[in-house]
Amino acid sequence: MAARPLPLRRLTVTDTLGWTAVAFVLALILMPLAAVLWRAGGASLPAPADWAALHFTVLQSVLSALFSIALAVPVARALARRQFAGRGVMITLMGAPFILPVIVGVLGLLAVFGRSGVVNQALGWFGLPTLQIYGLHGVVLAHVFFNLPLATRLLLQGWQSIPAERFRLAASLGLGPRDVFRLLEWPMLRATLPGVAMVVFAICLGSFAVALTLGGGPRATTVELAIYQAFRFDFDLGRAAVLAVIQIVLVTLAAMVALRLSLLDGFGRGLDRTPRRWEAEIWRLRLLDLFVLGVAGLFLLVPLGAVIWRGLAGLDDLPPQVWRATCVSIGVALSSTAVTLGVALAMAYLGQRRQGVEVLGLLGIAASPLVIGIGLFLLINPIDDPARWAFVLTALVNAMAALPFALRVLAPALRDVERDFGHLADSLGMTGLARFRWLVFPRLRRPLGFAAGLSAALSMGDLGVIALFADPDRATLPLQILRLMGAYQMEAAAGAGLVLLTVSLGVFWLFDKGGRRDVDA
Amino acid sequence: MKPHLMMSALLAATPALAQTPVLTVYTYDSFVSEWGPGPAVKQAFEAECGCVLNLVSAGDGASLLGRIKLEGARSDADIVLGLDTGLVSDALETGLFMAHTIEADLDLPVEWNDPLFLPYDWGYFAFVGNRGAAQPANFRDLAASDLKIVIQDPRSSTPGLGLLMWVKSAYGEEAAAIWEGLADNIVTVTPGWSEAYGLFLEGEADLVLSYTTSPAYHLIAEEDDSKVALPFSEGHYMQIEVAGKLAATDQPELADQFLRFMISDAFQSIIPTTNWMYPAAIPDGGLPEGFSTLIQPEKAILAPIDQADALRDLALDEWLRVLSR
Repeated sequence: MAARPLPLRRLTVTDTLGWTAVAFVLALILMPLAAVLWRAGGASLPAPADWAALHFTVLQSVLSALFSIALAVPVARALARRQFAGRGVMITLMGAPFILPVIVGVLGLLAVFGRSGVVNQALGWFGLPTLQIYGLHGVVLAHVFFNLPLATRLLLQGWQSIPAERFRLAASLGLGPRDVFRLLEWPMLRATLPGVAMVVFAICLGSFAVALTLGGGPRATTVELAIYQAFRFDFDLGRAAVLAVIQIVLVTLAAMVALRLSLLDGFGRGLDRTPRRWEAEIWRLRLLDLFVLGVAGLFLLVPLGAVIWRGLAGLDDLPPQVWRATCVSIGVALSSTAVTLGVALAMAYLGQRRQGVEVLGLLGIAASPLVIGIGLFLLINPIDDPARWAFVLTALVNAMAALPFALRVLAPALRDVERDFGHLADSLGMTGLARFRWLVFPRLRRPLGFAAGLSAALSMGDLGVIALFADPDRATLPLQILRLMGAYQMEAAAGAGLVLLTVSLGVFWLFDKGGRRDVDA
Repeated sequence: MKPHLMMSALLAATPALAQTPVLTVYTYDSFVSEWGPGPAVKQAFEAECGCVLNLVSAGDGASLLGRIKLEGARSDADIVLGLDTGLVSDALETGLFMAHTIEADLDLPVEWNDPLFLPYDWGYFAFVGNRGAAQPANFRDLAASDLKIVIQDPRSSTPGLGLLMWVKSAYGEEAAAIWEGLADNIVTVTPGWSEAYGLFLEGEADLVLSYTTSPAYHLIAEEDDSKVALPFSEGHYMQIEVAGKLAATDQPELADQFLRFMISDAFQSIIPTTNWMYPAAIPDGGLPEGFSTLIQPEKAILAPIDQADALRDLALDEWLRVLSR
């Protein structure tokens, strides 16, 4: 991978950019952390209860990651090998849970699986015992709901990286589904699955509201809640910082394991044709895929339907502040998307030669938003009024939170481009901007569009650090939803949730579509 | 005000505006939100003070105190508004607050003569449910029933902490046994009040821990009388929300003027239908109509400020131990 000699000039420019991006990420995460430690006058040891929290956090994150990827494989495979009307819409809509504000998503989930949800009502009609969603299984269910769409999309990208010619070859050799899986799909999965699992694991590790709300009680205490307690209850900044460091170490370890597991070569280049899957054109597999897509669709879209249904009732008397907040949120989302894409591209280039750069990209979701927020506050407060920085900081912190996803999408794609076409470009003396313009960008457009859509939608729904710095006149939409709920206005909050969902999906769809223009048949 | 802020204020503002004194009040987010008392309070105070009232949001009540501790004596704040009785002893220990000079005639169900902190509103914690449903009369009845409740985590929520103190103050040594009895009634424990109340409205539980004043919101704002607060025979734990003046303020007179304004009719009449709490000093116009329908607890419970901290730690350990099983 790193052995191919590259033109010196290109190497230095992209290297400089890459290292700048790395320094930027490190500064944004580690400086606040250091500031908190410095202010605390040193570290202090976690309390015994914190270790129990750590145990629960790791357990639920591992389970959530395993279930998410185990379910994502059949769903992504079904989407990859079937063409049907509404497939594009389904892919876009299925991504919705991932960008919902946590509490809006949880309420949608409860409308289906809760005590008075549709599932239990149906069970009640048939005189069957009801389901209890609260507990570890509920936490895992919710995390799968939120992360299955992401895992599916990342895996789908993996499937799309297998050139259509390979499937054609397999068909002409008369290979059956089992052989295609063994020779084409399994190697791709081995290369992609660990990375996807790692990202889901890292997201779930920082889970706070989902774990507590559905966990059913203090047994479901996560590290993030322990950090809350350390700061708010005991004002023990040293302990809060140490717990934040523990979170980062855990994610780093997971990332290293994932990298070790996923070392593999790609498939070589193809002609970018949409693959036809001869081997899967038998009724048994058609039925299987239909079943898989049906179940996944129901699981993801029915709670989403509940969110929409609840939201429609609240749209009537939506206060004007919601629209202003929507504009602020779009501004935040677009700014942080620009930052995310720039940093992710620079790091992806560097990552081709430096193993482990992607691990650094994970810092953004590994680090506790509360500790980062406090740290940023400590850094800015002596110089200026932190409230004035609310917009910039929210955009930056949201950009960091979206970075791992953008990297996960861009890094493999860039690696493939350079591996498959790098020699050719080198021999043509194609370097610098020209190389990016004519070789990389056209081939990276689909992942770039997807990454931009993901970043924008994520940033839109992310509360980030705004609550700590809130400027009354420039609240974001997620903050405004919390405020509405805090003021008893649950209906209006649900309406605002629907606005957020619609705008996020709209932004996601625009970017994603932009990336797929002329590419998809 | 810090020199750097003064500089930027001077640079940014016209000369006339720069001479207008600024009073900076740190408070919790739902106070400054468009649906809270903030906007009306700002308008009313600025109309009489010839100053600029700068309301700064710092998260919720506990984060508010955290922020003051982070800033220490360098804080830009002149007033901190929104600490509750559970945080007062903590706030006292910081040594950052100074005595106010206000003589107040307050309408609180308990004696209040703290020299540093002045109450602006108060309420009783209570379980809120639907009219016509079963209504246990105390914690023992509730524990014996098969009613489902949603409560808040005391580590991240003020009402959650209030419930903890309620059970501990009412039952002392027996508190752990009460929690054991309640364990199978608790559907879940949410991080904050909003999530719990949202779950209750979605039908996830029969009862939610909230305030005796919650039904007033539904009655007044939604003309819906289906929600009731349950009177408990043990009495109800109180939450008193207070404001205090920072010792490092550069606007001591203006700060006192604000505190006086805070317990005047202009401020107090805003409270009931924005914060949905009882005003600390009932304004001349009385309480809004729907408030007369609310339950009146026979006994108000409040742990003495100087013992609250020790009681809190004890009660939290107990709560965690029982409910983590």
